[in-house]
Amino acid sequence: MAGYLFLAIIAFSLAAYFVGQSAGRKFVNAEGSAVHSLPGYHGAFVAIWVGLPALVLLLLWFAAQGSIVDGLMVAGLPADLTAGKSPAELSLLLSEIKNVAAGQVFSEPSPDVLAAAEALLRWREIAMWTLVVVVFAVMIIALIAARRFLAPRYRARNVVERIISGLMIACSIAAILTTIGIIVSLVYESFEFFRLVPLHEFLFGLRWEPQIAIREDQVAGAGAFGAVPVFAGTLLISAIAMAISIPVGLFTAVYLVEYASDGMRNVVKPILEILAGVPTVVYGFFAVLTVAPAIRQAGGLVGLGVSPNSALAAGLVMGVMIIPFVSSLSDDALKAVPRAMRDGSLAMGATRAETMTRVLLPAALPGIMGGVLLALSRAIGETMIVVMAAGLIASLTVNPIDSVTTVTVQIVTLLIGDTSFDSPKTLAAFALGLVLFLVTLGLNVLALSIVRKYREQYD
Amino acid sequence: MSATLEAARSADPKSSPPAMSGNKVSVFYGAKQALFEVDLDIERHQVTSLIGPSGCGKSTFLRSLNRMNDTIEGCRVEGKITLDGQDIYDRSIDVVELRARVGMVFQKPNPFPKSIYENVAYGPRIHGLSRNKAELDDIVTSSIRRAGLWNEVKDRLNEPGTGLSGGQQQRLCIARAIATQPEVLLMDEPCSALDPIATAIVEELIDELRENFTIVIVTHSMQQAARVSQKTAFFHLGKLIEEGKTEDIFTNPKNKQTQDYITGRIG
Repeated sequence: MAGYLFLAIIAFSLAAYFVGQSAGRKFVNAEGSAVHSLPGYHGAFVAIWVGLPALVLLLLWFAAQGSIVDGLMVAGLPADLTAGKSPAELSLLLSEIKNVAAGQVFSEPSPDVLAAAEALLRWREIAMWTLVVVVFAVMIIALIAARRFLAPRYRARNVVERIISGLMIACSIAAILTTIGIIVSLVYESFEFFRLVPLHEFLFGLRWEPQIAIREDQVAGAGAFGAVPVFAGTLLISAIAMAISIPVGLFTAVYLVEYASDGMRNVVKPILEILAGVPTVVYGFFAVLTVAPAIRQAGGLVGLGVSPNSALAAGLVMGVMIIPFVSSLSDDALKAVPRAMRDGSLAMGATRAETMTRVLLPAALPGIMGGVLLALSRAIGETMIVVMAAGLIASLTVNPIDSVTTVTVQIVTLLIGDTSFDSPKTLAAFALGLVLFLVTLGLNVLALSIVRKYREQYD
Repeated sequence: MSATLEAARSADPKSSPPAMSGNKVSVFYGAKQALFEVDLDIERHQVTSLIGPSGCGKSTFLRSLNRMNDTIEGCRVEGKITLDGQDIYDRSIDVVELRARVGMVFQKPNPFPKSIYENVAYGPRIHGLSRNKAELDDIVTSSIRRAGLWNEVKDRLNEPGTGLSGGQQQRLCIARAIATQPEVLLMDEPCSALDPIATAIVEELIDELRENFTIVIVTHSMQQAARVSQKTAFFHLGKLIEEGKTEDIFTNPKNKQTQDYITGRIG
């Protein structure tokens, strides 16, 4: 029903558009170029006045309807059905009535409940038809009112443009509000966590054993929330990933910019972009099923005991994943160096390698740095590969063939399974998330400011 | 090398042989021909100016003299260009060595994003012209002096070259080009991005540099060609229309097109 109503509003607005447009055409026919706005703007003006208030009304109505209808139905319940019941029992009763109204009957309902369900359906129907009537009334009034506004010198274009720019502002605000909402929830839950576990213990503690009992009857360790081993694991894996991706990505970019023929570039670039498009979960399989066993076997050959979930496997695969990041941003940075620099160096008798190392790379360095920092923040926040390929045990080590755990892995494991939002075990996930968010935010801001500063230099 | 030079000298006994010489030079960009069988000698210790309307092929010819056209994909050069009698498009020629001997200054000043000192030291460093820091210092200061920039930059050699004014940047680029001691200096409209005062300074500099270098300059300004050059070549639509002593070209052109161009009727 709501869908049909929505379609009806759209159709009515469309009709209103043609009403406005034909009015605009009449003005043009009568007065020629003295008319302020084109007919289309008159049409859009009327359509917006008809459609927008109706849509807003529809949304507000649906937001309010549920609780009002429930209230009316509860008010109509026989007194003996509600007498002496706690709020929890009342809400149980309410959901039973709703289930019956929706036709989901689990046990034979009592006659009172049946009657209440019928009342509920009746109220809903009344609400719906009222809505239909009100919406159409609003649209017709708006149509008449908007049509009366129209005149040859009426500035329909300005009004339409203002409304459209308002719409664009609303869209951008929606994204910003979402971000703010995420930050607020992170900060709030982290604050709850820091009431249970002191901040200094979290930031500087060396033991991470979050699997504590969340119910009285569970048997579990005492727990410790020192996040240093977790951060260390993230850093270790990120460092391995960067150690792979920076040289490989940079050399790829240098090759593509300076040495590759057009044909080669046309083959290599799309393949690199495919690498960037592989879902991280697929990289995860690759890490856990191919790379980790290979490293384990190779370690076995030289007598090294490699743990099945090694930081090396996860880091290597993650490094491969972010190669396209580094290479494509470095490629852009190198290409942005003016051709005059390159020609100047070549004309001095420099070889291509000398031109690259002495002129192009130094000139592009800020842009490359920006790319590397973006890749690093991607590596730190990467989840799927490490969930599959890195371990769960938070050991404080820099040995790449040991098993380590990362911030993202811990967040995932803390929020899976039995959770309760007053336990430090669950809340710790938010504190980790907050730290992760702050670190990647800082890296991104730094990277973007470097890249921007660099852009200004040559434009 | 000197043997070739001797051979070239003895082959042409009437005067010192040209520093560079083009023989039926044609240049193609893909399928499009930009230059048609140009024969032109570049005389030693003279300024040769190449004039003509935009797109006439004068810059193309200039860039083929130090093979900078190699960097443009799809560009092909036919004919023969010699430097001291040696074919520069010969397989035995190393393009890096060639460019060290035939330097180039560009239309827009293009100092590297390095210090003034490092800009000038760039060439000597990559070609290993100095054995130690003192020698390098000597090369850098003498190059900057010869480019007439010393008094303006002597106190700030470690500041970025990009911070200089346009005219100073262009003289820095000239200092950079002469620091490798080239035999020939190519200049592609070196003053077109400069104001009249900076232009006058650079023109004076070109005249002084003639003593040590052979100079080829592309210019859009007829007055500049008349002021700085001893020899002028007029290009039109990819063909060399007329060449000769600058005073002859400007006072008594033989060709109708040349006359029309220098009097401002075409171009």
